[in-house]
Amino acid sequence: MDTVAMHISNGIVDPATSAVFAAIALAGMIVCVLRGRRDLDDRLAPMAGLVAAFIFAVQMLNFPVLPGVSGHLLGGALAAMLVGPWVGALCVTIVLIVQALVFADGGVSAIGLNVTNMALIGTFLTYGVLALLLKVLPRTATGVAVTGFVAAVVSVVAGSLGFVLQYAIGGQVDGISLGGAAGAMVGVHALIGVGEGLITAATVLAVAKVRPDLVYALRGKRLLPSTPKSTVESAA
Amino acid sequence: MTNKPKVKLFAFLIGGLLVAFVLAGVVSSFASSDPDGLDSVSREGCTFDADDEITGGECMAQAAGEHEVGGPLADYGIAGFDNEFVSTGLSGVLGVVITFAVGGGLFWLMRRRKSVKE
Repeated sequence: MDTVAMHISNGIVDPATSAVFAAIALAGMIVCVLRGRRDLDDRLAPMAGLVAAFIFAVQMLNFPVLPGVSGHLLGGALAAMLVGPWVGALCVTIVLIVQALVFADGGVSAIGLNVTNMALIGTFLTYGVLALLLKVLPRTATGVAVTGFVAAVVSVVAGSLGFVLQYAIGGQVDGISLGGAAGAMVGVHALIGVGEGLITAATVLAVAKVRPDLVYALRGKRLLPSTPKSTVESAA
Repeated sequence: MTNKPKVKLFAFLIGGLLVAFVLAGVVSSFASSDPDGLDSVSREGCTFDADDEITGGECMAQAAGEHEVGGPLADYGIAGFDNEFVSTGLSGVLGVVITFAVGGGLFWLMRRRKSVKE
């Protein structure tokens, strides 16, 4: 069987635990819909659709991280930076639902587990991180890139720990060392986080240069020029 | 009112979608086919044969069931297509279209119906 499984398959975590996380994911999504509506206007709505489509595309691009092991973008930090945490979590959720229902990637019964790890943990934890970093760092290209990178690393490692927690509660195979799994997950996802960080930083910078108003985390402000001398900005 | 953006929203969206099409349609074929982080950790402890079936040991992946839906685009390919480049690329492009249609459609229905200009 030549399956391309990128997310948690069905059967890995028991049905009761999967159901609990499905309820958590659903509750999270309802909150995101209610709060996200305030952010969604004629400009953010199509942008959010594009962010979802872009995350779907980049998730297909597995890059090598160790011999025999690859990684791919999860997208939580990218979504949070571009369209905010509420709409961002919905973007990642839409990607995960399309992947589970159309591409047989991630079990349908495991959808709540995957949404919790990648959409909820991935976006919200990192939105806190990046909101903080953007206050401390200058609003220059470097500052925004560093923010995106750090937020992405944190989001990927935290999401991988979400899986370890779920497996500790409802893992279906006895005799798996949880400590070993946690160490392996954090180790490999720290490496994946570097890739995620580079992609996130590059993408956010590209958008910020063309349309800074479409970067939610900048809150309508432009990037500052990195050299203070060149503040002459044409017609700014 | 802030100054006019350099690139119109419509042009930005078209450009972004084109990038997504190229990534999912072309670059995807050059992606690593090794198991990803989660997959490799869940395979730890088991041995696999050439067909990637578990032959022994104990690992998280041994509890994995068949996918509940499957479908013609399962595993990012198009069922019945021999050419892997075309199969992967086409399924990727379809995925971008579906995700943009579903996501953009839902977000458009959810949006505030007030004018943006304040």
